[in-house]
Amino acid sequence: MMLISDPRGWDVATDRDAHEADAGDAQEEVETLLPQLVAHLHEHRSELRQQWADRINDAHLLEAMTPQEVFSEVTSVYDNYVEVLETGSVGELRHYARDLSERIIPRGVETHEVIGVVLLLRDVLARSLFEKYRDDFELLNRVLNAYEPAANRIATTVAGSFVEERERVIRQQEDSLRELSTPVLQVRERLLILPIIGVLDKERAQQLTEQLLRGIRTHRARVVVIDITGVPDVDEAVADHLVRTVDASRLMGAGVIITGLSSEIAQTLVTIGVDLDKMNTVGDLQGGIEEAERLLGVKVVRTDDAGH
Amino acid sequence: MRDTEQPPPQEPLRVSILTQGSYLIASIHTALDDGQLHRFRTDLLELIGHRRSRGVIIDVAALDVIDSFACHTLRTIAQVARLRGAETVVVGIQPDVAFTMVKLGAKLESMTTALDLEEGFERLAGIAAVTPLPDAPGLR
Repeated sequence: MMLISDPRGWDVATDRDAHEADAGDAQEEVETLLPQLVAHLHEHRSELRQQWADRINDAHLLEAMTPQEVFSEVTSVYDNYVEVLETGSVGELRHYARDLSERIIPRGVETHEVIGVVLLLRDVLARSLFEKYRDDFELLNRVLNAYEPAANRIATTVAGSFVEERERVIRQQEDSLRELSTPVLQVRERLLILPIIGVLDKERAQQLTEQLLRGIRTHRARVVVIDITGVPDVDEAVADHLVRTVDASRLMGAGVIITGLSSEIAQTLVTIGVDLDKMNTVGDLQGGIEEAERLLGVKVVRTDDAGH
Repeated sequence: MRDTEQPPPQEPLRVSILTQGSYLIASIHTALDDGQLHRFRTDLLELIGHRRSRGVIIDVAALDVIDSFACHTLRTIAQVARLRGAETVVVGIQPDVAFTMVKLGAKLESMTTALDLEEGFERLAGIAAVTPLPDAPGLR
């Protein structure tokens, strides 16, 4: 195992025991060989690019995109690739990769495709090097020594940028989902309902409390029905948080009725030793609203024979 | 300089206590320290006797923080007032304050709370069974 350290800041470990040239030599070699390599890539640009695009097509990658789109992206990536080999700086490439990811992620391009595509380019270029230097095995080896670390670094950069962009998109979606996920609805004067659907984690519970307490203020609520039919399970911390929310609502003058407690959640509440006298629970949402109406002194009466 | 010229003789309590029929309405305008809270408690309980009040509303809407001592004071006022024949409702607790109080483990079982002054009146009418003025307009 040896470390090739190159003036452009590439630190790449290779495990080529066969070539234990000392670091100085290796560095010098990279400096002399890379320009040759770059010249070769410039010279055969159109044919290598075509080969790459064909192999992407053969491997059934990027099928979400039209062949024309694939080809134009292929061209940009190829040029960026050669530029990285030439300058040693991946800044530009990273920028481009992020931009590209932003365009292709919404179209359903997967991580494995992006990595596959970049590795294919690496293979195509390596093949062309094999062909070019096939008569001089020694030289081929040295060229590959210079080429491989750089190529690996490029592949890592592109894949990394793609994954980063993907994560950013996921985070963004999580945020918007969270916004949507806790509606505070007024069903009657002074009566709010808060249907909770989905997993209630600590962060969401916190947000729910804030929205509820603000909602009590703005709607001047006196009774709140929290329906947790759609919550599969809660851990003790969240159950505790729920109880505190009930207390805090009470401090603001609103009574809370909890409906739709599953047996799992009910057991959790009992396990953490909630003071059950403080909790007003009703089996289902309908019962909860009826109880709330009773507390508010509202009576719903069916009009006699309506519609007949 | 200014401090020596105008020494606060007896720092006025930033609380106004108004009478509305048989109710007392105490509004706290700024944060009170422990000594001021104590004075507030004494003054208020004194007044309940003087005015023969049946209900007390304490408005804390201006407070950003209600610490454990303030909480204790409010609770004591409620308990003492009850012994003297008046029910107490605390109104105007802000959302953030409410949650902080609960997080700090405030014991509020004996305290009646309501959203704001208007709600407080209604709540009092319910529990104290006395309306502030028999013919007060707008109040039930």
